[in-house]
Amino acid sequence: MTQNRKPVLEVRELGIDFGGLSAVNDFNMEVYEGEIAGLIGPNGAGKTTVFNMLTKVYQPTRGTILFDGEDTAKKTVVEMNHAGIARTFQNIRLFSGLSVLDNVRTGFHGRVVYSPVAAVLRLPSYRAKEREIEEKSRELLSIFGLEEEADNLASNLPYGAQRRLEIARALATGPKLLLLDEPAAGMNPQETEELMQMIRLVRDHFHTSILLIEHDMKLVMGICERITVLNYGMMLAQGTPEEIQSNPEVIKAYLGE
Amino acid sequence: MKTKKKLPALMSAKYRGRTASYGCVLAGWLILEVMMHTGNLSSLFTSLLVPVCCYIVAAIGLNLNVGVSGELNLGQACFMSVGAFTAVCLSGSLARTIPAPLPRLILSILAGALIAAIFGILIGIPVLKLEGDYLAIVTLAFGQIVKSLITNMYLGVDENGFHFSFVDNQVNMAPGGKMLLNGPMGATGTERISTFTAGVILILLALIVVYHLMYSRSGRAIMAARDNRIAAESVGIGIFKTKMLAFAVSSCLAGAAGALYGLNYSTLVPAKFDFNTSILLLVYVVLGGLGNMTGTIVATVVLVLLPELLRSMQDYRMLIYAVVLILIMLLTNNETLKTWVQKLKKRYTAKGGTAHDTES
Repeated sequence: MTQNRKPVLEVRELGIDFGGLSAVNDFNMEVYEGEIAGLIGPNGAGKTTVFNMLTKVYQPTRGTILFDGEDTAKKTVVEMNHAGIARTFQNIRLFSGLSVLDNVRTGFHGRVVYSPVAAVLRLPSYRAKEREIEEKSRELLSIFGLEEEADNLASNLPYGAQRRLEIARALATGPKLLLLDEPAAGMNPQETEELMQMIRLVRDHFHTSILLIEHDMKLVMGICERITVLNYGMMLAQGTPEEIQSNPEVIKAYLGE
Repeated sequence: MKTKKKLPALMSAKYRGRTASYGCVLAGWLILEVMMHTGNLSSLFTSLLVPVCCYIVAAIGLNLNVGVSGELNLGQACFMSVGAFTAVCLSGSLARTIPAPLPRLILSILAGALIAAIFGILIGIPVLKLEGDYLAIVTLAFGQIVKSLITNMYLGVDENGFHFSFVDNQVNMAPGGKMLLNGPMGATGTERISTFTAGVILILLALIVVYHLMYSRSGRAIMAARDNRIAAESVGIGIFKTKMLAFAVSSCLAGAAGALYGLNYSTLVPAKFDFNTSILLLVYVVLGGLGNMTGTIVATVVLVLLPELLRSMQDYRMLIYAVVLILIMLLTNNETLKTWVQKLKKRYTAKGGTAHDTES
């Protein structure tokens, strides 16, 4: 089924060195339109490093990243977001001094644009655009069950709500590809169950592809259509959840011999 | 019915900080005007009115930079200096063309603000590539550089135009020419055209600019870049551009403040805007509360007036000033006091509106 779809993201022979250490090497993967893909691997395998390369927080040493068919070699972090990649972070990174609503509003920075001059002079364009931002932000908050918290400080939210807010903020940037770095970390089984439904809903409602890093195998095997396994910075296996589960190499990497 | 609905809106969490700031400025202005007209204000206090307004405007600008944008700027006085000497020179050279003081004052303040903003952008290019302590040190250095430059600048004007030099005796002017800048002596013989009303209007304008900016797309971006740089970039906010906006607006306000300040005295020496002035402005901002504009206004008024009020104590006045500073710092950082204030706030907000106030 995925064969008929267009790839949003194509990664070819990606690699990065830190000093003499090669953290990721020869890494290949695709994410197709409307797909939920998973990236798994033991601790320290380089999963977050891959995310940081995809968003250009780290500049890859080797290889190419094609996003929407375009080479992204010269793009910066900000330009990658404008191109359509949004992400969440393993250790939550919210704007702690801003309200929940303002956190989501900030996500519209690159999409609903007006100049600071229009803001200072309170021009009609300011009013119209601010109304648009507010409406869309509240809509996002209600999808993620955060509308009650709109005026609270983001740092005062409970952990699970902070994770949801991070996803809402990322979606506000209108991404074609959403990268989720351990979205279920620290969640209890019931919250994880809700998160799985939410990720599916995000894919269907916002028409984005999703690539997620996760240690919770129930979540990964439950919602991912294709899984890539990373070990010691190298791709170990790639395939459907069934293929990955029965792959002896993967079992060996996770459980040892 | 309509007014009933509007009043609570002004008191709602979103506007409370703004209402307090504007109200505090207008109330202060009214009281002082009445006192001036009834002759209840000593000449010492009357002479302090314009400088206080200037310091408030510069401190509001600095609060945008330090409190909202989160960059420790130790060179705010240099932008005041640029604005002051631009305004003094312009006003001096336009004295014959525009004899009316008001249009000349407005034009001079605009010029001072503009030139200071340009300086802000130029200095911001290297400075904003740094972070934290390094940024603070470089702003301090630029403050000294600008002070030294103006201290060594000689500028005269005659019928042939401007004459400029960094060495005294090379300014060869036709007879009837006028020295605008005289090196370390600064500007002398300036016509004093600043007024208290102009100062109050400038404060209100500064507040409008800063608040309108804070509650907009750009303001949110500035605060986002302060709170979490990496996350801000990940949602498509260019950090440099954003910080630059805050830095330029901050310098622009300092320039306007400096212009008003310069035109309030017949002589102005470049040494006036030294490192101490930058630190004083920073003290107003920190004691008033980072990001809290009303606090900045109150802190500035109190801390400018305090040394004057304590004049009768002679040798002890700076000691008392220092003790008051330390006490305020201890009290505002006291945990029990903080929780107590928070409780009061909660009780207050539980009755009306939500508990969100970005200014506190």
